[in-house]
Amino acid sequence: MVLAEDLAKQQRSISVAEFFEKNKHLLGFDSPTRGIITTVKEAVDNALDACEEAEVLPDIFVAIRKVGTDVYRITVEDNGPGIVGKNVPYVFGKLLYGSRFHQIRQSRGQQGIGISAAVLYAQLTTGVPALVISRTGANAPAHRFELMIKTETNEPDVLVHEEIDWDRTHGTRIEIEFRSTLAAKKRLLEYLRYTAVVNPHARITADIDGELTVFERVSSEVPPCPKAILPHPHGIEFGALKRIAAVSAEPLDEFLVNSFSRVGKKTAEEMIALANLKPRRKVKGLEAEELKRLLAAMQQVKVPAPPAQQCLSPIGEDLIRKGLEKEIPLDFIKSRTRPSTVFSGHSFIIEAAIGYGGKLPAEGSGQILRFANRVPLLYQQGACAITGCVSQVNWKAYGLSQAGLPAGPVLIMVHVASTNVPFTSESKDAIASIPEIEREIVLVLQELGRELKTYLNRRDKKKQQDDRARAICSIIPEIAAKVSDIVELPPLDTSPIEGKIMRKLVAKKRTSDGTVSIDVHNYTAREIAFTLYNLSRDDAADAEPKPDFVDAFDGEYNKVWKCLLAPGTVWQVTYSGSGDGSIDLRGVEENQKVVVDLDV
Amino acid sequence: MSREEMDLRAREQLVTIARGWYDQMRDGLVPFIRLPTRTKQNIEYNDESEVWTYGERESTRAATSEKSAVHLLKMAYVIGFLKQQLAEGRSSTLRELYYISEGWKRAKFGAQDESNRLIEDLEILTDLQREAFHLRPEEDGAAIFGPLKLRESTQRGVREIHCQEDVGEAGYPIPNNVDTLDFIDHDAKFVIAIETGGMYARLMENGFDEEYGAILVNLKGQPARSTRRVLRRLNETMDLPVVVFTDGDPWSYRIYASVAYGSIKSAHMSERLATPQAQFVGVQPSDITDYNLPSDKLTEQDVAALKSELTDPRFATDYWREQINLQLEMKLKSEQQAFASRGLDFVTKEYLPTRLSEMGII
Repeated sequence: MVLAEDLAKQQRSISVAEFFEKNKHLLGFDSPTRGIITTVKEAVDNALDACEEAEVLPDIFVAIRKVGTDVYRITVEDNGPGIVGKNVPYVFGKLLYGSRFHQIRQSRGQQGIGISAAVLYAQLTTGVPALVISRTGANAPAHRFELMIKTETNEPDVLVHEEIDWDRTHGTRIEIEFRSTLAAKKRLLEYLRYTAVVNPHARITADIDGELTVFERVSSEVPPCPKAILPHPHGIEFGALKRIAAVSAEPLDEFLVNSFSRVGKKTAEEMIALANLKPRRKVKGLEAEELKRLLAAMQQVKVPAPPAQQCLSPIGEDLIRKGLEKEIPLDFIKSRTRPSTVFSGHSFIIEAAIGYGGKLPAEGSGQILRFANRVPLLYQQGACAITGCVSQVNWKAYGLSQAGLPAGPVLIMVHVASTNVPFTSESKDAIASIPEIEREIVLVLQELGRELKTYLNRRDKKKQQDDRARAICSIIPEIAAKVSDIVELPPLDTSPIEGKIMRKLVAKKRTSDGTVSIDVHNYTAREIAFTLYNLSRDDAADAEPKPDFVDAFDGEYNKVWKCLLAPGTVWQVTYSGSGDGSIDLRGVEENQKVVVDLDV
Repeated sequence: MSREEMDLRAREQLVTIARGWYDQMRDGLVPFIRLPTRTKQNIEYNDESEVWTYGERESTRAATSEKSAVHLLKMAYVIGFLKQQLAEGRSSTLRELYYISEGWKRAKFGAQDESNRLIEDLEILTDLQREAFHLRPEEDGAAIFGPLKLRESTQRGVREIHCQEDVGEAGYPIPNNVDTLDFIDHDAKFVIAIETGGMYARLMENGFDEEYGAILVNLKGQPARSTRRVLRRLNETMDLPVVVFTDGDPWSYRIYASVAYGSIKSAHMSERLATPQAQFVGVQPSDITDYNLPSDKLTEQDVAALKSELTDPRFATDYWREQINLQLEMKLKSEQQAFASRGLDFVTKEYLPTRLSEMGII
């Protein structure tokens, strides 16, 4: 018994703050490098959420400054609605304090852990208190706080609180200092860039150790703020049901209708009958056994999906495209927003986009951008259901090579918007494998894959045509010259081959012995009017015929000829020069012309 | 046929290809060539000649894409070059040809493999050998040592050479163009082609050639065309049986196959180069256990090569299937020099005499 008593002396409750102090990795503070990203992410998430609620266009400023050896000061400021003075210490100085935890709607942050965890991390590594300034409007003063967290009790410790003048009318600014490195600078900018992609209505300015980057907004519409909805009968668990039942003064039939979404009188009656209970009984008095029966009945009865339009805020196909295009140059992009669906009573919507070409690296695995409720997911790509779904799709069928992930200059973006995003852990890095979600992701990727294939086919066809044009108009004449030489017969004219195969307007530039000649053959069956542009360093003063006009700038001359060419005839211009530069035919449809530069 | 006549014929054949293209283009056609498909899927066993040659499958290469057009352009440049080389009575190596193409701008070769392959295409199209174009490989042919007297017409006159009495320890080196060789006389019972120089030297040192009347031929790995041609001619014109003695691994079996049945790359020449009567001595997989030879584990590549040989039509005999499956089972391979573990004389006193009498050679 002595041992038990000894043990008893050591047994005491642990505060959440103490727990997280020991388990920093659970919140994404596993390393100092990552700490910076997590802090910025939490602050920016909060700022975007707040601006959305207040329906203002977010203007977010992020600064990271080195203030000592390995010590960095992180500043995040927004133009959101601000936080009332008395709440500031709790928002930043108490873990698990928040406004969104009890609401069923799409939001970035939820548990109220993130930013206060950053404050805790700062005080653990440097001991410097966090500085918070917040103002709720033109008529209110700004509050300035210096605060810390009492780890034993998980309560805020306010060191300084004063009212100050602030040149912003509303918004919040937080500054924290902690020991870290800027090794993850690239990743941090990536995070901000991807945040800008899925929040095209936000302007984000980043000042990282003096280096300024601005992610400009492309939409000036504030997305509608998702509204909280009642829990769905299929998405509730026993504990939650017991809790709300305990505080209700209503009889069972009214309780079901008033406390849950999509439950009408008829549905309620059906559930009560199935549970074998009396409709007019007060729910407060139900025994645990009866509640269990009720819960089973609630899950069993068919109920329409929750009202997704209200509680979810997808980005939309148009804005996804705009958001991606402004940050990543692409040759092709398509986006899709799927209709809303449900898993375990939680609404969700899958949105995705596929991009190709542009500046994406031609070799290696394609790029995957993962998002959950408009927040980029940067870590644990391999553990994420999105990655699994991307690998599961047969991309070879859509014209891409594939080794697990699709390879080549391809970008795949997937956004999961839900009232309850199922993450694999509290650091919110990866989405868990939920069959309903995976099914939707695979479907949308297949849809986009088909779009990509159409694009690639069209592009390949164009490539093949260009390839053929080069073979016919530029290499065959060389073969002809060499072959005529070998067989010792007169030089061959290959223009009949060109005409027969091409049946187009063919322009050719060729330079030999300081003479540039450009021929245009009309191999079509009709008269064609064209404009020939020839941009080069040659002034073509002795051109025959003379250009219709010449534009000179920076030592280059853009020479322009306009001409009407009868079918089966040739137009030619020659002048002395070096033959560098380029030629182009305009006023002729793309599929009706071939331009070949034999000097290249 | 005199040298001049041969040169004239080669020139005519080459110009005929160019003439074909000239006519095609004059008639408003895109120039093209037609060649047999040169893959494992398109080699067939010829019952009459008992060697493997290209089958019926053909592919057409027309100048309708940049890549194919450039290919034809390269071929035109090579034909032009060879025509001139023949006219001037010069010759060059395959490697020199590759470097000469440096000056051909768009018709320049990317690698020597490409120019070598193109020359093989020309051999197929003209039904001539590259020697007829005055092209030679840079690698030396193999060496011969044994009771054989031959005559070689060199650029500096005709030489008669006895391959035991007139040569040093390295043996008589086979020239690149074996059409300049005539076999005069021999006192041999058979020809033994050996994969490695080490084993060739061992047989020579042990006097195996004298004791058994053997002509030793050092293959030096995968044998050059000239070596294979010499083996064929020794077999055909001198009526000498040919046996092949290699290491006991899948790559060495391929050396035997190219000697006996012809290679896929030069299947158009199989009838000149392959010796269908050539027999495999060893090292057989069964020898590894029978003689308890020191051995190595098969690598993954070895296993893959053995499995691929099981589907190679050239190895589709009971003997090879049995040996290959046995080797896959025991997962071991041995080099021919592993016989040294039983003493330096073992291979010439025990192994070869036993094996060759089993095969009915001695």
